[in-house]
Amino acid sequence: MKGKEGKGKGFGILVTFCAMFLFWLLLSGIFDAFHVIAGIICSAIVALISHDLLVKGKGEKMLSKSFRFFIYIWWELWQIVLANFDVAYRVLHPKMPIDPRIIEFDTSLRSDFALVTLANSITLTPGTITILVEPEKGKFWVHAIAKKPADALLVDKTMQSKVTDVFMEW
Amino acid sequence: MIEVFLAIAVLIAFTILLSLYRAALGPGVFNRVAAVSVIGTKTIVLLVIIGYYFERPLFFDISLLYAILNFIGTLAFAKYLERGEVWS
Amino acid sequence: MVIIDVIVTLFLAAGIFFMFTGVIGLLRFPDFYTRLHATGKCDTLGEVLIIVGLLLDHIYYYVYLLPEAPLSVKLVPVKLIFLIVFIFLANPTATHAIMKAAYKTGVKPWKLGEERR
Repeated sequence: MKGKEGKGKGFGILVTFCAMFLFWLLLSGIFDAFHVIAGIICSAIVALISHDLLVKGKGEKMLSKSFRFFIYIWWELWQIVLANFDVAYRVLHPKMPIDPRIIEFDTSLRSDFALVTLANSITLTPGTITILVEPEKGKFWVHAIAKKPADALLVDKTMQSKVTDVFMEW
Repeated sequence: MIEVFLAIAVLIAFTILLSLYRAALGPGVFNRVAAVSVIGTKTIVLLVIIGYYFERPLFFDISLLYAILNFIGTLAFAKYLERGEVWS
Repeated sequence: MVIIDVIVTLFLAAGIFFMFTGVIGLLRFPDFYTRLHATGKCDTLGEVLIIVGLLLDHIYYYVYLLPEAPLSVKLVPVKLIFLIVFIFLANPTATHAIMKAAYKTGVKPWKLGEERR
């Protein structure tokens, strides 16, 4: 079974153990000896068996990426509220102005986390849903519901530029 | 405040009834899977509201578990319909 | 009537409005891909608004007004925040998975001017 050697493996086990034990303490709320010892044993077993699902490799510049990601989330929450007003307008209008089409485009992102963030953001914003992602070349196939959201992705490219600024993968 | 919770719960149950129409009628299997996923999502909220209405704090944990189960169920359906098998 | 009751009722009413919009879109749209647009977006936001409303109500009545409550009552907002984060991550992923399965199996998208399916 392949895994990371030396420092990477121990770091993965430690981070997984701390995360699992923190969730155990926060969700149970009981702090006597039996429950805490049971929590330590269960967290240790889970961390030993599946530590390579949570921590993949070592990333550089993690602190600035996390800070910019935190700021990006607030912009995205505002876009989600706008998206739902747009869908509500299209559903409740008596003539139902939709004009669906499928578009495809390229990006310059290659890491897993950046691709997942962009795919989730495209699904949660006005008028578009991701259909297919190719991880090697960074191609996206997207289903759009009208001409205006499709142009916002193909011509303006606001969302792709914001995500590449967060993860610095020009 | 409790009466407002009861009214919201009755309205959510009404939307579950409306989406059963698409689960029964929708031509093909994909429409039915989408409707069942919607019903699962609304059940999560209904469980949290019932936990407040009957003053039983156990229901919050049950709703957390059902959120995870609904997600994995929809993923398993999608994988089976795409490939013909779930785990090769 | 306290001000927090009005705010909580506003959040709950907005959540129910978005849920109704999602279900009406599920019944009204002419094709499978467009129906997923309606439910994948409106369901997620409606749920999150309702749970945020319940969270504010809990924090005011059980944590702020009763400081001697047991610890398991004070830790309920953590569970609800975890539920919100999980719904924001899980619902779009499930929508994308079922849409990918339909696209690869060959369900054809609807263009303007055809009949309903």
